[in-house]
Amino acid sequence: MSRPQDPGSTGPGSTGPASTGNGHEPGLAARVRERWGVHGRGQHERDRAEARSVDLQDGARHGGARPGGGRRGEHGGGRRGEGRGGEQFVVPRAQPDSYYGKPIIKEPVWQSRDVAGYLFFGGLAGASSVLAGFAQAAGNHRQAQVSKVAAVSAIGLSGVALVADLGRPERFLNMLRVFKPSSPMSVGSWLLSGFGGASAASAACAVTGRLPKVGAAATAGAALIGPAVCTYTAALICDTAVPAWHDAHREMPYLFAGSAASAAGGLGMLALPGHAGQAARFAALGAITEMSAKSRMLRRLGETGEPYQTGRAGSLLDAAELLTAAGAAGAVLAAAGDALGGGVLGRRSRVVTALSGAALVTASALTRFGLFEAGRTSARDPKYVVRPQRERLAAKARELAP
Amino acid sequence: MGFFTDTSVCIGCKACEVACKEWNHVPEDGLNLLGMSYDNTGGLGASTWRHVAFIEQIKRPGDVPGPVDDSGASVLTESVLGEFSADGSRWLMASNVCKHCTESACLDVCPTGALMRTEFGTVVVQEDVCNGCGYCVPACPFGVIDRREDDGRAWKCTLCYDRIGDGLEPACAQACPTQSIQFGPVDELRERAQLRVDALHEAGETGARLYLEDPDDGIGGGGAFFLLLDEPEVYGLPPDPVDTTRDLPRMWKHAATAAGALLVGGLAAAVSGRRGS
Amino acid sequence: MAEAHPVGFQWVMEAKRRGAKIIHVDPRFSRTSAVAHLHVPIRAGADIAFVGGLINYVLQNEKYFEEYVRAYTNASTIITEDFRDTEDLDGLFSGFNPEHRTYDAMTWRYQSGNVAPASGARGLDAARMRDVKEASRGEAHGSGGAAAEIAPDLDETLQDPRCVFQILKRHFARYTPEMVAEVAGVPREQFLEVARLITENSGRDRTTAFVYSLGWTQHTVGVQYIRTAAILQALLGNIGRPGGGIMALRGHASIQGSTDIPTLFDLLPGYLPMPFANGNDNLEGYVDAESVDKGFWANTRDYMVSLLKAWWGDAATAENDFCYDYLPRLTGSHSTYETVLQQIDGKCKGYFLYGQNPGVGSANGRMQRLGLANLDWLVVRDLVMIESATFWKNGPEIDTGEMRTEDIATEVFFMPAAAHTEKDGSFTNTQRMLQWHHTAVEPAGDARSDLWFTYHLGRRIREKLAAAAAERAASAETVIGEAEAVDMDRPILDLTWDYPTWGPQDEPDADAILAEINGSDADGKPLSSYTQLKSDGSTSCGCWIYCGVRADGVNQAARRKPGQEQNWVAPEWGWAWPANRRIIYNRASADLDGKPWSERKALVWWDEEKGKWTGHDVPDFIADRAPSYRPPQGAVGVEAISGIDPFIMQADGKAWLFTPAGLVDGPMPAHYEPQESPLANPFYRQQHNPVRQIISHPDNEYQPSGNEPGSDVFPYVATTYRLTEHHTAGGMSRFLPYLSELQPAFFCEVSPELAAERGLEHMGWATIISARSVIEARVMVTRRMKPLRAGGRVLQQVGLPWHWGPNGLTTGDSANELSHLSLDPNVHIQEVKALAVDIQPGRRPRGPAQRDLVREYQRRAGITEETGTEV
Ligand SMILES: Nc1nc2c(c(=O)[nH]1)N[C@H]1C(S)=C(S)[C@@H](COP(=O)(O)OP(=O)(O)OC[C@H]3O[C@@H](n4cnc5c(=O)[nH]c(N)nc54)[C@H](O)[C@@H]3O)O[C@H]1N2
Ligand SMILES: Nc1nc2c(c(=O)[nH]1)N[C@H]1C(S)=C(S)[C@@H](COP(=O)(O)OP(=O)(O)OC[C@H]3O[C@@H](n4cnc5c(=O)[nH]c(N)nc54)[C@H](O)[C@@H]3O)O[C@H]1N2
Ligand code: SF4
Ligand code: SF4
Ligand code: SF4
Ligand code: SF4
Ligand code: SF4
Ligand SMILES: [Mo]
Repeated sequence: MSRPQDPGSTGPGSTGPASTGNGHEPGLAARVRERWGVHGRGQHERDRAEARSVDLQDGARHGGARPGGGRRGEHGGGRRGEGRGGEQFVVPRAQPDSYYGKPIIKEPVWQSRDVAGYLFFGGLAGASSVLAGFAQAAGNHRQAQVSKVAAVSAIGLSGVALVADLGRPERFLNMLRVFKPSSPMSVGSWLLSGFGGASAASAACAVTGRLPKVGAAATAGAALIGPAVCTYTAALICDTAVPAWHDAHREMPYLFAGSAASAAGGLGMLALPGHAGQAARFAALGAITEMSAKSRMLRRLGETGEPYQTGRAGSLLDAAELLTAAGAAGAVLAAAGDALGGGVLGRRSRVVTALSGAALVTASALTRFGLFEAGRTSARDPKYVVRPQRERLAAKARELAP
Repeated sequence: MGFFTDTSVCIGCKACEVACKEWNHVPEDGLNLLGMSYDNTGGLGASTWRHVAFIEQIKRPGDVPGPVDDSGASVLTESVLGEFSADGSRWLMASNVCKHCTESACLDVCPTGALMRTEFGTVVVQEDVCNGCGYCVPACPFGVIDRREDDGRAWKCTLCYDRIGDGLEPACAQACPTQSIQFGPVDELRERAQLRVDALHEAGETGARLYLEDPDDGIGGGGAFFLLLDEPEVYGLPPDPVDTTRDLPRMWKHAATAAGALLVGGLAAAVSGRRGS
Repeated sequence: MAEAHPVGFQWVMEAKRRGAKIIHVDPRFSRTSAVAHLHVPIRAGADIAFVGGLINYVLQNEKYFEEYVRAYTNASTIITEDFRDTEDLDGLFSGFNPEHRTYDAMTWRYQSGNVAPASGARGLDAARMRDVKEASRGEAHGSGGAAAEIAPDLDETLQDPRCVFQILKRHFARYTPEMVAEVAGVPREQFLEVARLITENSGRDRTTAFVYSLGWTQHTVGVQYIRTAAILQALLGNIGRPGGGIMALRGHASIQGSTDIPTLFDLLPGYLPMPFANGNDNLEGYVDAESVDKGFWANTRDYMVSLLKAWWGDAATAENDFCYDYLPRLTGSHSTYETVLQQIDGKCKGYFLYGQNPGVGSANGRMQRLGLANLDWLVVRDLVMIESATFWKNGPEIDTGEMRTEDIATEVFFMPAAAHTEKDGSFTNTQRMLQWHHTAVEPAGDARSDLWFTYHLGRRIREKLAAAAAERAASAETVIGEAEAVDMDRPILDLTWDYPTWGPQDEPDADAILAEINGSDADGKPLSSYTQLKSDGSTSCGCWIYCGVRADGVNQAARRKPGQEQNWVAPEWGWAWPANRRIIYNRASADLDGKPWSERKALVWWDEEKGKWTGHDVPDFIADRAPSYRPPQGAVGVEAISGIDPFIMQADGKAWLFTPAGLVDGPMPAHYEPQESPLANPFYRQQHNPVRQIISHPDNEYQPSGNEPGSDVFPYVATTYRLTEHHTAGGMSRFLPYLSELQPAFFCEVSPELAAERGLEHMGWATIISARSVIEARVMVTRRMKPLRAGGRVLQQVGLPWHWGPNGLTTGDSANELSHLSLDPNVHIQEVKALAVDIQPGRRPRGPAQRDLVREYQRRAGITEETGTEV
């Protein structure tokens, strides 16, 4: 795959946008710049400053992608010096230590469209089947019907997203060669297969009205597998080296479950605004769970949670939060209305319910995209990898020290 | 079997990078001047299984305490020769590679079983099984394994599975002129490494430290471990990597509870409805 | 060394592991500095000042190895009273002829009671001396010294003001630590640190080794750089001893072999000088002029006759002077650079390029291409389509508009060559060791080995000539002139050109050629030592110093016995000339009585019982010559070597602290500034090497130097060098993806301080200008480049890896566009290690504007044809 020299990389005074050659990665410089973009200062100006800096000390003090290399050159030398007696030189750690600001771990190679989509639809499907199951049990047939169809179509779409990421459909089958509890994706592929079958059967029977017994069994089955389909994806993204994901593994499953429920409920409200009691209650519970899980998560994560609050991910999640809150309010109203009026509701409130439902569905989607984006940012910036590990080491050291 | 990479004797010749590509037919990885000292490879990836890092720590007058002549060049009063250039200037070079972790995240998360542990204790991708799901990529705490654009599958160092099987040294180790890359049974290498660190400390290189040689670390010890002269992150390595799947049981627990909660929620939504109407 | 000889460098790392201290003297902080204990940044072109300073330190502080110096060097030799030093003549030695720009070495001679017949370079008039310089007799000593009196007057006390020791002392007295700092930019304390380390590590018990390569050779005083090191090492007793010596790291894998069996115009195999048009008229005259009276060079006739027998076999008889007349004669210098001038002048019309890429690799690239473009035909044999084969369509001159493809008449034949992996043969490395390599894969397609090409080309020519001759014989009457024609052809027709071939391509058998080189006796039995060679025509030998490489009919160069299975000298790995000695002149590793100077440094010694020399290495001495032996009055040749004359190839058996003959630019080194230098010579009024080889040509303008007006137009010192990732002119690396990606663009290295001064941006572009041309490079701003304080100012240096050109996967301007032709007078090497340039931010102009910019600079610097050509 001999690639001619990227003309971009030879442009005057440019450090890129040169592909490092790892096909999917944006050029190093591009990413470094992107990275400093986050911190406000352009990499290139940085070089310029470097080259111009007459102050001899300056160069090595703030590394960055400068020829002087190792951003903590002085520190390294210093420690060595200390050992050699007398030489004391610890440069304050202005920037996180890194190798020319390059990421330490690899960014997920997944396309956010595919994988965030897969998370969203998976959640929607799983939760819908739960809603469907209990609706059926509660004799709420219209809701059951809608949610069954929602479940099967959502799981279909999530499958499409997954295959899009794999490239070829048959590659999905490679995953059914083995069952590996150590691999959330392996577990997931079995869950999906099982769930796909059940939800399809349940929907088919519901629509055609044939084989009611089978339908009931399938519905129950889907309702039982559904929750796992909603939450295994949390384990999936958390079981990586991506700090923002991994360190969030305690709350992520609840966040996912909540987000899924509010999406499923929301869809119910949207589909049957005049008959949304159960869906609304489900959605409200979900939205509340999601929001509280998220705030707990951010509180615990501290700096590691930064990517969830800054940049593109930040805006996505903020938007999602607003919509969730609004949608949740709508859902509570709808639920209340339903409790009082027992289904006889005014036109106006039906519109409100429908809109709230739509808001919740959108919110859930945005949340997944936001979470995914945040993971990328967190992987891209070495400081998110280095600092927590440094603190961990410091803590260990403190323990050992008398 | 594994590697001990002694960066204190690396001369940055990159023979390891080239030998690896020649033997394994790894494609060229882009001709781009990166401006990172003499490193134009950038890092490990699907098409770079050995990567030599270059870190310039060059002193200037004033950087080094002690006499400085009128040109400002720092000068030596009595002989304080350590391991490296006496004014404390260093140009660190280090050849990085897959760590062949004892507890390797990439292998754990691989849903197809394409990543496997060989009879030599090394970690290898079977390219005919890999389905390009890309899960191993963010799972690796070192950013080693990566997916290739063209064929969508994941690639990384095989520790020359096809060579060591025939009793040959890995190509990179054989090409290394200074024995910076040493191949052998890991426990033997550990002893050798310890002696080397002690020697370096003797010589005043107190910055010398072993990295990933400890079987009790976050990855159960690296099948490939290193002697570094500075903090790992200076070389682009994580200071305290941990295999993510160590937390997987807890993740499953939370996932299960959350799933249960979802059922309960569904039930609640249905029940309260009943009462309501 | 780590950069350009990484595999050889493993032994330096091994030595470091065992406690050796590594000192690296280099303008840049390179990959070698990175693992050295001490890096000494130096101004390019100032090493004679630095090493001269060490010599002065050793002499002033009496750190020399007294017994060694007294007995094994020419320290006690008295020099003629006519000799005048640079001290007396402000930078010139006596015997200088300004008109011819030559030295007459007469006044550098040893004073001697004996009036032996003048021989070798002695007794030459200035005109002849110029020929000698140009034809570089200086080069004819790759295996020993020049001629000199064998029994000069001595002063054992070393007190006589005219003895070498005292002359040396006076000569180097100026080279004080302060001057070293001033000239070389090496701080006083750092210099003293180096001096201390080196002297502490030399003596009976310890030895210090010097390793050099182009940083020392590519200067107008290149040979004298090495002389300076030789003097220092001789004073410290570090020659002929384990762990000592001066190692020249060679270039292309067998570049040593290509001087032993030369690709040089002025040498025959084994460093036998090429005969001259004037003088050397017949074998007698040649031998008389070129052999010396003492030592192994006294047997020159044996070597020459055996060579002629190897070439012309039965046709070579005592009657016809063994075909001596078949040898071509030198009329002057025909070095590669003179040949380029001949091309430009239209005198050289056809050219073979075997594995060379002058369009990128040779100094003043533009002149190289002007020459190539003026040929009738050009044959390029190379692995890949190099710039020298495509200059006519994409050379820089096409862009500047100086050349138009349609105007270039040169007919270029490109012949794909087989690489070393695709053929049998030997490499001779810097240790004079031959290592055989076998064909690993058959050459692909039309690729053929050079051996194949040369052999079959010769075969066809011989067939044609033979046919023509037969025709002539057949045709009744012979026209006048044809008789000569026949004679003209005889040297080719009579050649022994009958090598066995093998394989589908009729590849000549390389081993058969090695056999011819090794030589055989009257009944064809392989010889085992050059001492067996005879001058009566009964022996043949293609290169006397290689005699023994195929002793007993076994290819000794192919031996690969692992080190751990033999002693530490490893005599059974490959084969080293002469006579498989791994350390030359190793008699010096033993004291006057033949005992090792110390157990730790024992190598060879005299075995009293057996009455012969023995040891770990093959003794480089007459096996049974007792240390006590002293030659009888009037003894000549090998007989004249006394038991304490370790340097058996030297006319007087001693290591030369002072060279009475053999060098054309002075008996001792003196610091001269490079041809182009921003600084004036702080040592003498004489700025440059007065006899440096100047090539006055409109396309080879020189820049003003030192205090001359306009020298400030080129304020920075530039040096060119290699990167591990690339090979020379790029044919072997720029076309390979795995190497190209490791250094994918031409860049220049500058310090942050220089970057600030000129507004250069890291990874931006820089334009670099000299009086010859202008190039552009990406900028690498790095602290590895350090500003130096020299000549009373802060001096910035620009580093230029010179591997790039227009072809291949990674392309860029060639640094050699900037360099000029001014050569070392002894060996004609170009000065590409120390240039003066200007550097500006941004890319260079395109098209004709490039030449305009260069002319603009020439104007600003007031450059004329005369600039820089003064003595
Ligand atoms: N990888 C690689 N290896 C090679 C080659 C190659 O092209 N690539 N080429 C081969 C050939 S043909 C040869 S001849 C050898 C050459 O081998 P080297 O001589 O080692 O090669 P260079 O890099 O040209 O020069 C060596 C050093 O001289 C320094 N220098 C420049 N000017 C001065 C000076 O005035 N004084 C001092 N003390 N140092 C100075 C330069 O900074 C450079 O670091 O390498 C051989 N090996
Ligand atoms: N500025 C500057 N200029 C320099 C130097 C410097 O340090 N600075 N160094 C000088 C030195 S030391 C040298 S040696 C020269 C080198 O300069 P050149 O010798 O002109 O350049 P190379 O690229 O070594 O050319 C060797 C060619 O031989 C081809 N080749 C390889 N093997 C074979 C073979 O078996 N047969 C044939 N027919 N061809 C083969 C290769 O493909 C390559 O193109 O450059 C000199 N020029
Ligand atoms: S380093 Fe990364 S790729 Fe290599 S074994 Fe460990 S986890 Fe897998
Ligand atoms: S990409 Fe290939 S190797 Fe990596 S986890 Fe997926 S299947 Fe396994
Ligand atoms: S072990 Fe083999 S595959 Fe791994 S880096 Fe070395 S050469 Fe490449
Ligand atoms: S081959 Fe050895 S010395 Fe060369 S870069 Fe690789 S590890 Fe360093
Ligand atoms: S290229 Fe060949 S000769 Fe040069 S260092 Fe490498 S192995 Fe030795
Ligand atoms: Mo060379």
